[in-house]
Amino acid sequence: MLYREAGDFKTSYAADQQTFPLKLDRWFVWGVLAFAFLVVPFFINDYWEKSVLLPFLVWSMAALGLNILTGYCGQLSLGTGGFMAVGAYASYKLMVAFPELNMFVVVITSGLITAMVGIGFGLPSLRIKGFYLAVATLAAQFFLVWLFNKVPWFYNYSASGQISAPERTVFGVAVTGAAAPSWATYLFCLVLVVVFAYVARNLTRGRLGRSWMAIRDMDIAAEIIGVSPLKAKLSAFAISSFYIGMSGAMLFAVYLGSAEPTEAFGIDKSFLVLFMVIVGGLGSILGSFLGAAFLILFPVLMKNIMVGGFGWPADLAAHLELVFIGGLIMLFLVVEPHGLAQFWRITKEKLRLWPFPH
Amino acid sequence: MSPDFLNVIEVILNGLMAGIMYSLVALGFVLIFKASGIFNYAQGVMALFAALTLVGFQTGQVPFAHLINATFGTDVHHWGSGMNTFLAILCTMAVMILFAWLLERIVLRHMVNQAPIILFMTTIGLAYFMEGFGDLMWGADIKNMDVGLPSGGSFWLEDVTKGWASEGSEYYGMYIDVLDVWAAGIAILLVISLTLFSQYTKTGRALRAVADDHQAAMTVGISLRSIWIIVWSIAGFVALVAGIMWGSKSGVQFSLSLIALKALPVLILGGFTSIPGAIIGGLIIGIGEKLFEYSLGGMIGGATENWFAYVLALAFLMFRPQGLFGEKIIERV
Amino acid sequence: MSESNNNAGRTGETLLETKNITLSFGGVKALTDISFDVKEGEIRAIIGPNGAGKSSMLNVISGFYHPQQGEVWFRGEKRGPMKPYEVARQGVARTFQNIALFKGMSTLDNLMTGRMTKMHTNIFWQAIWKGPAEREELEHRERVEEIIDFLGIQSIRKTPVGRLPYGMQKRVELGRALAADAKLLLLDEPMAGMNQEEKEDMCRFILDMNDEFGTTIALIEHDIGVVMDLSDRVVVLDYGCKLADGVPDVVRNDQAVIDAYLGVSHES
Repeated sequence: MLYREAGDFKTSYAADQQTFPLKLDRWFVWGVLAFAFLVVPFFINDYWEKSVLLPFLVWSMAALGLNILTGYCGQLSLGTGGFMAVGAYASYKLMVAFPELNMFVVVITSGLITAMVGIGFGLPSLRIKGFYLAVATLAAQFFLVWLFNKVPWFYNYSASGQISAPERTVFGVAVTGAAAPSWATYLFCLVLVVVFAYVARNLTRGRLGRSWMAIRDMDIAAEIIGVSPLKAKLSAFAISSFYIGMSGAMLFAVYLGSAEPTEAFGIDKSFLVLFMVIVGGLGSILGSFLGAAFLILFPVLMKNIMVGGFGWPADLAAHLELVFIGGLIMLFLVVEPHGLAQFWRITKEKLRLWPFPH
Repeated sequence: MSPDFLNVIEVILNGLMAGIMYSLVALGFVLIFKASGIFNYAQGVMALFAALTLVGFQTGQVPFAHLINATFGTDVHHWGSGMNTFLAILCTMAVMILFAWLLERIVLRHMVNQAPIILFMTTIGLAYFMEGFGDLMWGADIKNMDVGLPSGGSFWLEDVTKGWASEGSEYYGMYIDVLDVWAAGIAILLVISLTLFSQYTKTGRALRAVADDHQAAMTVGISLRSIWIIVWSIAGFVALVAGIMWGSKSGVQFSLSLIALKALPVLILGGFTSIPGAIIGGLIIGIGEKLFEYSLGGMIGGATENWFAYVLALAFLMFRPQGLFGEKIIERV
Repeated sequence: MSESNNNAGRTGETLLETKNITLSFGGVKALTDISFDVKEGEIRAIIGPNGAGKSSMLNVISGFYHPQQGEVWFRGEKRGPMKPYEVARQGVARTFQNIALFKGMSTLDNLMTGRMTKMHTNIFWQAIWKGPAEREELEHRERVEEIIDFLGIQSIRKTPVGRLPYGMQKRVELGRALAADAKLLLLDEPMAGMNQEEKEDMCRFILDMNDEFGTTIALIEHDIGVVMDLSDRVVVLDYGCKLADGVPDVVRNDQAVIDAYLGVSHES
């Protein structure tokens, strides 16, 4: 009744294959974007910035990256944390070496550097598959974190072994460092995430995306009908690492401000992003956002209820959080292995028919 | 013999002992993988959980004391002075079996014939769940485990090896923890009995059938449910043994669950389905990382044990993707 | 029988030739000294009992297996050691015995993937989408829609293929191979597991493809009736060796073929 496609006819293939074929969907997305760009910046405060919006944006970017690799190309990776560390340290070195550089350039260059590293660690995927590959990516995770811990050049020989982001600007407005205003950091991340979500959508719907999905669904058949596994897998590793590197750079430079490799980029971060992708939906751009939102907002909410509401000690809340997240992951895999995105699709189909059952 | 040479031997021996610990965890992985095709990431957390439970029973902790106190404002922590070790082990085993049963009922039952990667991710969820649950039940503080196994350096070995060094050199004998020797003995016993079980009993054959194909096994009348409960119970038992060994060695704490990750490269070397493979893989990794750290670690900053196992497995995979004992895979379409 | 050979006049030069192919896995010989050719525009059948090496032969042609001895000549040139996707780029498309569709993708996407070898916009343009990437996409979409019309699968265009019934999946797989506009189409048991009606449909598609698009087809099939009606020439394999080669009528009456495979029919 309210949400319908009747009367929304397509007269060209271009109209048929656009991202949001339904008019209502398009309006909704434009509405959300307008709200995010034009309304939120005026009302944002420090709490919303630091505990909700920034982490959501940063982890969405990481989830997008992992979803390209795992969801679209079917290559399971447990090295996300390590690749985020590459992005973070690359951005640190760039910020220190070129203080005048626009932060957008810094973040994107960090992503490109991470993409190179990603290709290197993706090479084994040409010979090994599945769990074996997952273990190979663990090598990346542990080796990279160790590297950033042990080689002083990466943290510019600072005594603490930490890196901390100096104040850097975009068109004269500070987006990193302690003095950066909330609206600036928020808009900075928002622009990056929106632009690259659009890019991800484009990449996944065209030739490249199909070659990834073909490799994911049936690699041997894909190769026989003309997909080069070398190009498909390595491009997936490169682009996935590009996104993950950017998210690492954003996490360190904009959100955290300072970082120490084992703490900020440990194996648990790899799992966190993997969970986002599972909960949100493997092979779905929307799912990456839903998953990130869920796994960022859910703990905030739980913490508010348990610590703030019930007055329980924080460690107890942390344990319960683990129990809930673990339980939810299992629940999702049992009930809806395609994640929240699929759930959303089903809801939409129901809505299209409402108030009739069929 | 020169002290340097003796040092190397000591490093190798210690590596062997560490390797046995890895093997113990890897063994649990192999069992579940062989019997259900599930790659059980939670094996390490199961070891942690088993160890926590054992200590809890031994010392007479009240389960969920923390939660109860927070909810009702009470102050409970112990219900008595605890059980004796043997009884506590039995009770822990009962808990692990109950856990296997619940897991089958609530989760695994719905996952028949799912893709292996989905099952793998389910066990990651399970690992998180159990970690939180274990902490919630028994508290997250580091606990000491004492089940009466001897520990500490062996003076006898120290005295004997001191005599090997050449005259006048400064050498004080080798340090080998007796606990490690015990662990080695128990691991060997465990492997022998498990191999016999899976090769020569009817249940063992059913286990292998299920591993090959869930649905096919069901059509010939094997009850998937009871098999899965049995397998997860056995894995729980192996986890308990591993938990006792690791716990006695380095205390019951979260890092225990991280050994699960170390078991992954072990499995890559040894193959996912081979029990002897798990043992040999564990030994190779154990010796390899200790030797590497001893010889080169100091030069490049130390703590290479963090990644050496994975990089070794990776290098190995490049040359033999099917593992040490796996057969060459012929792909078909 | 006259219908089956009616395009004999249209068959042209040799498109593919295999010379003395020998393939073995470890100690097991799958193919021994097999030579045959496929001429442009014909329908060529490979038949034989189970385990005769038919699928192995197809796998050799599509570059998935590399024979220990022998040569494959394609369009008058000797083929070096090639990866399967390079073979595909040369213009060889195929279907599989056990359907090998991309289950997570829609029918449309499966067919578009079939055109992979013909699409070339680089990653940068694809990221931007507007412009060359979209143009290329639409261009190929038109061709794919033609194939969708040809196969009559308009209604399942956007359905994930994993949800389709078996017969439909077979049809989509044929469409995917067809979408490559290949010089040579290899069909591995296109009618396995189908009922009579579906078989008839499939036969019609194969003949029409051959007629309308002039596609050269090499197929494996167990249904002797279908094979004899459909194909211009038949090669018979048994235990990895070639038993016979020729037009259907000759093969049908070959004593070695009757002994090994066809058996004696009840009427005689």
